[in-house]
Amino acid sequence: MVDYFKEDITSLHDKLVHKEITVRQLVEATYDYIDKTEGKVNAFITLNKEAALKQADALDEKGVDPDNLLSGIPLGIKDNIVTKGLKTTAASHILDNFMPVYNATVMDKLDALDTITVGKTNMDEFAMGGSTETSYFGKTHNPWNLDKVPGGSSGGSAAAVAAGEVIAALGTDTGGSIRQPAAFNGIFGIKPTYGRVSRWGLMAFGSSLDQIGVMSRTIKDSALVLNAISGHDEHDGTSAAADVPDFTAALNQDIKGLKIAVPKEYMDEGVDDDVVSAIKAAIATFEKLGATVEEVTLPYTKYAVPAYYIIASSEASSNLQRYDGIRYGFRAKDVNSLKSVYVRSRSEGFGDEVKRRIMLGSFSLSAGYYDAYFKKAAQVRTLVKRDFDQLFEKYDLVLGPTAPTPAFGLGEKITDPVTMYLNDILTIPANLAGIPAASVPAGFSKDGLPIGVQLMAKALDEATIFKAADAFERHTDFHNQVPAFKGGQN
Amino acid sequence: MISKEQVTHVADLARLEFDEAQLNNFTTQLDKIVDFVDQLNEVDTTGIEPTTHVTSAVNVFRDDVPQKGEGRAALLKNVPEERDGLIRVPAIIDKEED
Amino acid sequence: MNFETTIGLEVHVELKTKTKMFSPSPVEFGDEPNTNTNVIDFGFPGVLPKVNKQAYRYGIMVALALNANVTKDTHFDRKNYFYPDNPKAYQITQFEKPLGTDGWVEIEVDGQKKKIGIAELHVEEDAGKNTHSEDGYSYVDLNRQGTPLIEIVSKPDIASPDEAYAYLEKLRQIVQFTGASDVKMEEGSMRVDTNISIRPIGQSEFGTKTELKNLNSFNFVRQGLAYEEKRQSRILMSGGSIRQETRRYDDATGQTYLMRVKEGSDDYRYFPEPDIPPFHLSDEWINEIKASIPEMPDKRRDRYVNDFGLPEYDAQVITNTKEMSDFFDAAVNHDADPKQVSNWLMGEVNAYLNENKVDLPQTKLTPENLAAMINLIKDGTISSKIAKKVFQETITNGTEPKKYVEDKGMVQLSDPAKLTPIIDGILDSNQQSIDDFKNGKDRAVGFLVGQIMKQTRGKANPKVVNQILMTELKKR
Repeated sequence: MVDYFKEDITSLHDKLVHKEITVRQLVEATYDYIDKTEGKVNAFITLNKEAALKQADALDEKGVDPDNLLSGIPLGIKDNIVTKGLKTTAASHILDNFMPVYNATVMDKLDALDTITVGKTNMDEFAMGGSTETSYFGKTHNPWNLDKVPGGSSGGSAAAVAAGEVIAALGTDTGGSIRQPAAFNGIFGIKPTYGRVSRWGLMAFGSSLDQIGVMSRTIKDSALVLNAISGHDEHDGTSAAADVPDFTAALNQDIKGLKIAVPKEYMDEGVDDDVVSAIKAAIATFEKLGATVEEVTLPYTKYAVPAYYIIASSEASSNLQRYDGIRYGFRAKDVNSLKSVYVRSRSEGFGDEVKRRIMLGSFSLSAGYYDAYFKKAAQVRTLVKRDFDQLFEKYDLVLGPTAPTPAFGLGEKITDPVTMYLNDILTIPANLAGIPAASVPAGFSKDGLPIGVQLMAKALDEATIFKAADAFERHTDFHNQVPAFKGGQN
Repeated sequence: MISKEQVTHVADLARLEFDEAQLNNFTTQLDKIVDFVDQLNEVDTTGIEPTTHVTSAVNVFRDDVPQKGEGRAALLKNVPEERDGLIRVPAIIDKEED
Repeated sequence: MNFETTIGLEVHVELKTKTKMFSPSPVEFGDEPNTNTNVIDFGFPGVLPKVNKQAYRYGIMVALALNANVTKDTHFDRKNYFYPDNPKAYQITQFEKPLGTDGWVEIEVDGQKKKIGIAELHVEEDAGKNTHSEDGYSYVDLNRQGTPLIEIVSKPDIASPDEAYAYLEKLRQIVQFTGASDVKMEEGSMRVDTNISIRPIGQSEFGTKTELKNLNSFNFVRQGLAYEEKRQSRILMSGGSIRQETRRYDDATGQTYLMRVKEGSDDYRYFPEPDIPPFHLSDEWINEIKASIPEMPDKRRDRYVNDFGLPEYDAQVITNTKEMSDFFDAAVNHDADPKQVSNWLMGEVNAYLNENKVDLPQTKLTPENLAAMINLIKDGTISSKIAKKVFQETITNGTEPKKYVEDKGMVQLSDPAKLTPIIDGILDSNQQSIDDFKNGKDRAVGFLVGQIMKQTRGKANPKVVNQILMTELKKR
């Protein structure tokens, strides 16, 4: 009845307003389809069917507001965004039964617009990872090739959108966790400027890096949802006081004269040939559309990865100390001393990747190592940021691949942390600098796996990303391709 | 080179424990990671201020106006062990605070 | 061998704000456990801190009052440690750049004045409360979690338990005058941790220090330190060495006991709090706060001695709390004689406060009423004896003294035209007393005054009665 591959939020809205379908029918169709695909994809940790249907009936009763495009639209929400009364786990055993008693600000904003939360999407445990393989709730499979990872950490949100289970989903991005899975799944995904979207209710990983963002097949849908969740929040002291423009106003614009920089470090060895070809083709398209593209250099790119892993892990080691088995979450059985409550609950409750990062972070902050690790990384961050500041004095956008390779095989990199970390080299710099960045579908590898082109802009200039991405989308057909769900025997 | 003793010390700070096999594994992995991040030493950061916040906001304050919380019952809902509105934990023997 | 003593004091002061340091939960004491809490105080996943402006303002105010430099470019840090009363497993504090540095207070011990340096002070959040029960469990109440605190750290300038006492008293007084805190040890709004070491006179490096905790009054601080000073010197004199350890003072025995031995230094993994943007404070704000600081006790004391001629001791007592001192100034502004105001405050008022265990602001006494009452005595409207009744009435019920004495007919009889006939009548019927007086027996005057007082039901003005009586006696 409803095929998300043939719809976008605007067309669904028209159908709802003109009563071609009811909200209940839309929601039921969504869950019917999810029932059929989840066995292959496993994009969700928790489904919210009962409450969603109840909400749908209430909306049908009151009627869909013709002026509110998001009314009655089912969305996926990453499981590190707290939803009042709906289990939120961060894909961790330590929170596998955690029931939030308050809503994230983004959820309050979406609730006010009557969107429908379909369920909570799978992710790497506490968003630590780039493959969604570290989830306590099993792996998510890439709909384009079920033997491949969906990327991560927002792999569940990306796969759910790519598989046609939802029209759009919220993800979070600390070092590329929206953009890399968006690239791996052939969809659009945007990490806004640090501070654009409130972090109140986002289970913190790297507090100075984390941002909530949107993933969808079409650029307009992301613009619509980002409009809804952006803005200053009294609860979040780091949220930007700046006004939020209507991001859909950036659509259907001419990009003649747009100045795009391509750092040569982003096209270096280590970047897959298929990816390089796709990005070169994307550059040609942008030039054809009237943009000027120049090669530049961002010399500190190489150091962004180690700086990021120290900063993110240090912040995470502190942020995750609250999971101690005392006030909520998993408490180990048969613990009879306070110390064993801590040690056993945490040792049994966290997975290996989380422990690795806690260990790296605790080490980087510990007495005698702080200056050489945490402080040094924070200084390098200054240099990375300064590079971007200088670039944006001359250019409107920075362009490069989103990831060095298309989706890799399940189990392929999970055993080697450093190789896994290096996969984030192209997405990490935007988080260190706090600037907005998006991944736009830009082609396919010889094996038929999606490739994304990344666009970055200066702080608070998401509109220019939307403008360029939308122009690109209108002149390409990558976003209309449908995944094959092939493989999956292993 | 990271030693097993260092790993054990950091694990203790973080309230984590590893058995012998895990400890060996973690030591090897952490050593690799630390090796990897050590390349930051190639960067001259003399006189460079560290960046710990990327928001442009400064001097963010809240007015001193009380607001009601979510209520004790709701807040205690997730508590593993509770009695008479208090959170119960195994006896605290030594206070480790400053 | 002779030793010199070095004492360091870390004082925590609870701020008098309506809400917590980083959450809008109310700061209230004595409520049901875990009721003054919210998701922030519980350290739920996804919550963020937001700084209480009033608490930070108090921090700056206290820094200025303690002659410290205010740090304009600063931030908060996280101090990481696990404990059940510390829900995030980190405390938000200021480590790298405390909001105030390099302050001082002046103390006086045995007539000697001395400046004690303050290394730094900063704002931070308090922890919750653990109750240790006999059933093998501890119980956590997070009502206190997040209460705003200022921590004040002294420089190693304090050389004796008496100086420590004087420093604490001075600190308490100054902070109390800023209005930032009630600073009451017995209510926990002021808490003191101390460390002490001794070294042979002339030795440049400090000796090994021991820490003293659980000190519930300034006196216990002094006694505990004095005991520790002796204990350490005994050990050193007998060739032993001091262990770095934390000890507890037991006021029942007057001795200190080992709590735990410190092994190395704690590793709190401090780093800048990413959830709170940094501060770049303006001079305007700091100056505005400076201008709003009330006159400090030392200045007031000098003023009372120099302008009003109060004895040093009286001025000291009056400036013990800001409320008392403000009350004194207000009463004097209502044209009461400063000396009389001071006498009443130190005498009857203090007695009343002690007896009823209340603070001055909790009584119904106003500076206007005290001044009015003092002036009624001065102009002879009431006697000092009557005044005590008036005082009880006005401090208990807030009654206006003038109205009260008029309504109750307590006005003193001072009019000679009314008194003379009464006195004549008494003399007429007491010839024996007149004779005694003439024979040089002064006691007779006492008897006559007594008779006059009896007849006037105590309302006659004794001074006037004496004058008229003498005149009339001489006429006979």
